[in-house]
Amino acid sequence: MASAPSADVLAKLTPVLTKRWLSPEAWKIDVYERLDGYAALRKAVDYHPDELIAFMKESGHRGRGGAGFPVGMKWAFIPQNDGKPHYLVVNADEGEPGTCKDLPLMMNDPHSLIEGIIIACYAVRAERAFVYVRGEAIHAARRLRNAVAEAKAKGYLGQNILGKGFNLDVVIHSGAGAYICGEETALLDSLEGFRGQPRLRPPFPATHGLYASPTVINNVGSIASVPHIVLGGADWWKSLGSENSAGTMIYSLSGRVKNPGQYECGMGITLNELLDLAGGMTDGHNLKFWTPGGSSTPMLTAEHADVPLDFDSIAKAGSILGTTAMMIFSDQDCPVYNSYRWIVFYAHESCGKCTPCREGNYWMTRVYRRILSGQGTHADLDTLLDACDNLLGRSFCGLGDGATSCVTSSLKYFKQDYLDYIEGRRKPLLKASDLVGAH
Amino acid sequence: MSYPEELREQAREIMARYPVGKQRSALLPMLHLVQSHDGYVSPEGIALCAELIGITKAQVAAVSTFYTMYKREPTGDYLVSVCTNTLCDVMGGQKVYDTLREYLGVDHDETTADGKITLEHAECLAACDYAPVMTVNYEFYDKVDSDQAVSTVQALQNGERPAPTRGARLCTLKELSKQLAGWGEDRPEALADNAQGDATLIGARLAAEHGVTAPQIDPATPLVNKENS
Repeated sequence: MASAPSADVLAKLTPVLTKRWLSPEAWKIDVYERLDGYAALRKAVDYHPDELIAFMKESGHRGRGGAGFPVGMKWAFIPQNDGKPHYLVVNADEGEPGTCKDLPLMMNDPHSLIEGIIIACYAVRAERAFVYVRGEAIHAARRLRNAVAEAKAKGYLGQNILGKGFNLDVVIHSGAGAYICGEETALLDSLEGFRGQPRLRPPFPATHGLYASPTVINNVGSIASVPHIVLGGADWWKSLGSENSAGTMIYSLSGRVKNPGQYECGMGITLNELLDLAGGMTDGHNLKFWTPGGSSTPMLTAEHADVPLDFDSIAKAGSILGTTAMMIFSDQDCPVYNSYRWIVFYAHESCGKCTPCREGNYWMTRVYRRILSGQGTHADLDTLLDACDNLLGRSFCGLGDGATSCVTSSLKYFKQDYLDYIEGRRKPLLKASDLVGAH
Repeated sequence: MSYPEELREQAREIMARYPVGKQRSALLPMLHLVQSHDGYVSPEGIALCAELIGITKAQVAAVSTFYTMYKREPTGDYLVSVCTNTLCDVMGGQKVYDTLREYLGVDHDETTADGKITLEHAECLAACDYAPVMTVNYEFYDKVDSDQAVSTVQALQNGERPAPTRGARLCTLKELSKQLAGWGEDRPEALADNAQGDATLIGARLAAEHGVTAPQIDPATPLVNKENS
């Protein structure tokens, strides 16, 4: 039986975005309104848009899509009085392996995203917003489309919203299956009807985004937090997190834990505390390695289990907080195999535009297969690191950078595991015949 | 193959969602629309998109071949996807996929002879707390093991529609594709179908059970210090 979490750790649960999930009908507008829905919008539109942008900066709110870029600063980059249409694009293309916090929010509390969108568009003066939902997330998309229709019927969308003279239309745009479309500029290209390939920056989306117009692109959680921040205030939001990491985060635990799931806590909670909340490791499994923010973040080990999970502390520990997609692996898992399977993913999802990523991931999968089938050599480890050296900081976008994370971190902490395959101490996981033929 | 006027009208409706002159944005939804009619992205479908948007067939095909949800061969009524990305793989997902492949006698992106099931392995489906994950027409069948996967597929082949763990009651892939093209769910009961499981709610439930809440807010808190502005 799982042991109950300690009182100290329970006190760290901070349900803000996840609170309404306990009301199974909160996706309907009348229930949402009874649960404080659209109160933040009413409050926000009493302020000048520039005041809202300043407020968002003051709140310290950082993006929830992985990069942690300050939300208010991003909004402030939009040139005003430029005569160009402005756009808000919500990145709902949740695809980073391990990440599973945005889909439940869109399914269970879609209006919080809609309300956040309206406030954000009011602030940056955008009259059109697009939510790019990954194609596979059909139940999220259908609830969002319903929420848009309900919001429009109540006058929260359309013309002259709340009598404040601003207009907004929201389009829920389903993608069609491509991890790379979670990269903001590849998303824009996809939204414009092209293959999802990233763009050169500068210019940045703030000045040349969707349709070469000023565009804010924010993650689902970044925008869905906005109504709560508006209601609670900047000081309140800052008080929930740690220094430089304001607010709460939905920590998603998966893998070798007793109770995987979504645990919303103030930023800065540790892995050990989250494991306590999640009932501990699965019986018979001891923590060996874990990702703080998905497969694109360098893996960490048991020695990092007390590092605060906020942007700065995890960066200092040599990884990236990312999307708090915490995949927990044990001594029954193999860091070499896991890295291999992630590289297969990156190779599959590579858009092909740049040589380092397209070729690097392709060849790394083959080197891994050689190692895992017992035919690896010591030189293969140099080859892997050399390939990563050609990828990190040399790819056209973050997908290439992210691919190197599992390789370099697993080699850093678990070189012995690699050597065990190469030197014949560990049984091959793949058959030599797997090497033959194209993937 | 000629398309009914209704479909062409729907395609124009899609284009109208986007700013004037930016109709190319309609291409992804329009390809879903074509799939809702043909069951895959057919050459005729490509030609239709090209004609309506005003770009070349090569440009349309460049897009349709980039995305995994656009199928190049006719599909069955039900697309069964099994996540085999790392976490789901080690939690049993690879075994689920291999079992289904053997049971159905088809491989990735292939359709059974009875036209019922198309099988695929998939990358991360953003449901990692429910690993291993299978979907049918993109509705979730969470925490599935090999036996459950086989019985679900058997039920589908027998003409039944077992309920997903999260997501709407099933319809055909063609019907689902219409929603992907941007249409709302017209089955009210499907909209209300379950979107929550234990893993989704666990943190919020734990907090509620132990009386833990976020610090109280005062909704009247000003956003700007008016004295200084």
